[in-house]
Amino acid sequence: MYESDGSIMVYWHALDVADTDGCSGPAAGTSSGLVLVFDIPPKGTNVTVSEVLEQHRDAITDIAAELGQAPDGAGDLVSADDAGTLCVWSTGEEFTLLSKIPAFGCSCSSVKLWNGIVAAGYGNGQIRLYEAATGLLRAEVNAHARWIYALDVAPQTGKLLSGAEDSFVHVWKLSRNPDTGEVIEHCHAECVTDTQVCGARFCDPEGNSFAVTGYDLSEIFRYGRV
Amino acid sequence: MSARALPLLFLNLGGEMLYILDQRLRAQSIPGEKARKDEWTDVDRKRVMNDIITTMFNKKFMEELFKPQELYSKKALRTVYDRLAHASIMRLNQASMDKLYDLMTMAFKYQVLLCPRPKDILLVTFNHLDAIKDFIRDAPGILNQVDETFRQLIETYSCLSAGEFQLIRQTLLIFFQDMHIRVSIFLKDKVQNSNGRFVLPISGPVPWGTEVPGLIRMFNHNGDEVKRTEFTTSGNYVAPQREGSFDLYGDRVLKLGTNMYSVSRPVETHMTGSSKNLASHAKENIVPNPLAKEELNFLARLLGGLEIKKPGGSETGFRLNLFTTDEEEEHAALTRPEELSYKVINIEATQ
Repeated sequence: MYESDGSIMVYWHALDVADTDGCSGPAAGTSSGLVLVFDIPPKGTNVTVSEVLEQHRDAITDIAAELGQAPDGAGDLVSADDAGTLCVWSTGEEFTLLSKIPAFGCSCSSVKLWNGIVAAGYGNGQIRLYEAATGLLRAEVNAHARWIYALDVAPQTGKLLSGAEDSFVHVWKLSRNPDTGEVIEHCHAECVTDTQVCGARFCDPEGNSFAVTGYDLSEIFRYGRV
Repeated sequence: MSARALPLLFLNLGGEMLYILDQRLRAQSIPGEKARKDEWTDVDRKRVMNDIITTMFNKKFMEELFKPQELYSKKALRTVYDRLAHASIMRLNQASMDKLYDLMTMAFKYQVLLCPRPKDILLVTFNHLDAIKDFIRDAPGILNQVDETFRQLIETYSCLSAGEFQLIRQTLLIFFQDMHIRVSIFLKDKVQNSNGRFVLPISGPVPWGTEVPGLIRMFNHNGDEVKRTEFTTSGNYVAPQREGSFDLYGDRVLKLGTNMYSVSRPVETHMTGSSKNLASHAKENIVPNPLAKEELNFLARLLGGLEIKKPGGSETGFRLNLFTTDEEEEHAALTRPEELSYKVINIEATQ
């Protein structure tokens, strides 16, 4: 849908931004740190850039939209970059920066937003959870022994899936209210023998099954609860 | 994809090539003066290594190499190594050259795959360069050239971010995708499975900068840690000891990229058993390569800077065999599966 012109290299596309006030569109990140928001007309192919968000100074690695029910003021979109900085945005007439989460020295390779919780996966194998509205760190998980490639959230249950180069895929459970229960707990670990996991996705909105892809693998492995 | 992967690809593959040639030359050489004209001596071996290394680190060649550019096809790269291997009086038959290239590529694929951090690919490169410097320690002129390249590597790559290194690593992994040639030394060391795929260990030290998996820490609004829990997996990781050095000299710590060949362990490769990928390889040969013209231009520029020695009047080229006997070499040439043939491009690029 997006054709790159000479200087802009597109890394990621966020596929659906929450439809608020009908003033939204897909967002794409660039290697220079810009986040471009597009306007897709209801009919025709006249796609235009409606906004350019300039908060990141490093290449954008991932963009995620709120997949659950955001508490008030918690933001609709989060973008992550190569240095590890995260930006939380609210969409509306225009995009507004809600909070900026500073890097801690590691590239953020993958990010998800659910019920006002930002789940970020890093190149050093750590998963961190932040409150989207305030940017506060709520949990630090030493999840993987290598670069995390993929994160996914099952929106109906808050299950979190992480896949990394260490061959492991983990299933976690995010709590709906970080102040009452444990904000994150470990549910299940799966080792995909001799495979560097490159992609991992839940196959249903409750998170009862997930699919995994890996380097040099021509198959997609699907796991389901018995 | 990254435009900075080519120097790393070239230097590491070149390093592996030198390890293998050195091992074979030592295995086939005789001490002292030669009795017959076609025998190798230590003096011949050192000369071959010096010639190849001099050619590899040629200034103009390196300048072309370090320009930001895409990785080219396997065919184009293979042609460069063909030329490089023949930069001295040594000669290799097609079958031996094929085997040499198979070993080089599988070894480097393994090293890239197992790099703990993306940045460690630079340490692997430094390991190769350290070994190359050791090969030519008696020739200060060539040593200078290698140090120059070392400095250029440090200048080009030291300030890259983790994400940029990961992109370089992914670019290299895509280049090596679907290659599953089985190498006897890897099979014996249980580093490769019988289906050609590498073993990924789930134990040992974690990369520098990574914590051993297992701990979950939770914080309240004031930033105080309020709870800790742990989870277990089948992995068995420990903390790393120290970080390798990225300086011109230093302990690299990482073993990937060091010489794993020794004279007493001959190395074989196995072609059969890769049938799953037959279809994709066959397709690759039929579809016309849109980059063909670019590749030829690239090769002409690159090879234009390579001085090729042709054996002079009284000297005959020495043939090196990567196999144990001539009959084995012939047999390998006849039985190499079609889809694994490299179809070398012949280019006359003299200036």
